[in-house]
Amino acid sequence: MGNGTRLGRVRGLGSSHHGSAHWLQQRLTALGNILLVGFLFVSFLRLPMTDHAAVLRWASNPTVALALILMTVSVFWHLRLGLQVMIEDYVHGEATKLLSLVLLNFYAIGGAAYGIFAIVRIALAPAAGLAPGGM
Amino acid sequence: MAGNEPSARPRSPHLQVYKWGPAMAVSIFHRVSGDGLAIVGGLMFLWWLGAIAAGPDAYNAFIACVWHDPSPDAGTFHMVTNLVGKIVLIGLTWAFFQHLFSGLRHFVLDAGAGYELKTNKLWSILVFVGSITATIAVWLYIFAETLNG
Repeated sequence: MGNGTRLGRVRGLGSSHHGSAHWLQQRLTALGNILLVGFLFVSFLRLPMTDHAAVLRWASNPTVALALILMTVSVFWHLRLGLQVMIEDYVHGEATKLLSLVLLNFYAIGGAAYGIFAIVRIALAPAAGLAPGGM
Repeated sequence: MAGNEPSARPRSPHLQVYKWGPAMAVSIFHRVSGDGLAIVGGLMFLWWLGAIAAGPDAYNAFIACVWHDPSPDAGTFHMVTNLVGKIVLIGLTWAFFQHLFSGLRHFVLDAGAGYELKTNKLWSILVFVGSITATIAVWLYIFAETLNG
């Protein structure tokens, strides 16, 4: 392991001097998730989930769309941090670990982008004169 | 490369050598439920959002696959996916409550409280009791609502 020598740092094994950032971001997104996923969970229970028109009307409400976007950011950031720790603990080969972390970032960033794009399209399709579709 | 040469030193103990207790179980299930939510929950959320945006046909196809296919000639395939869908959704509900309650426990631990052996054991057990109770309550409510139309 890196012991603070220059060689250790070059190998990426020394202290990076932002050890608390990951921990703090995990807690901040956890707080966001309590509020926002809690909102989504209650909405799931109250909505007629099999009725597309009702779900669409709900999701295109500006306040709901904003909450869904914030939730997507908070959740995908939180899951990126959590899965990163899981990979670092259980994937030991250097190559497979690097590949796993790359795939994780593709999933977290790509998934969040897909989700946000879908929410924006749902909310703004009527204003743009678009019929549903295209996803 | 440094750190990769074989060593005769003992490896750190892992799941199979620990005696199971509430505190370590709740810690392991925090990770299991979090990873489940992250992958299965995340993908299902995106699938659902995409289906809403894609329009009524796509949304109805999503519902017919995951929940219930209302067409009179619904095939065996959808019978299987409807069953699997409900099992996955019940699992996600449990994972949500487990991760939520366990996460709240972590906030208390972060504040430096709750480390006394009896207190720690009590709250670890209550996380499991809470998550299972909440999951059962939610699904009794959902099935009651579904049956009442």
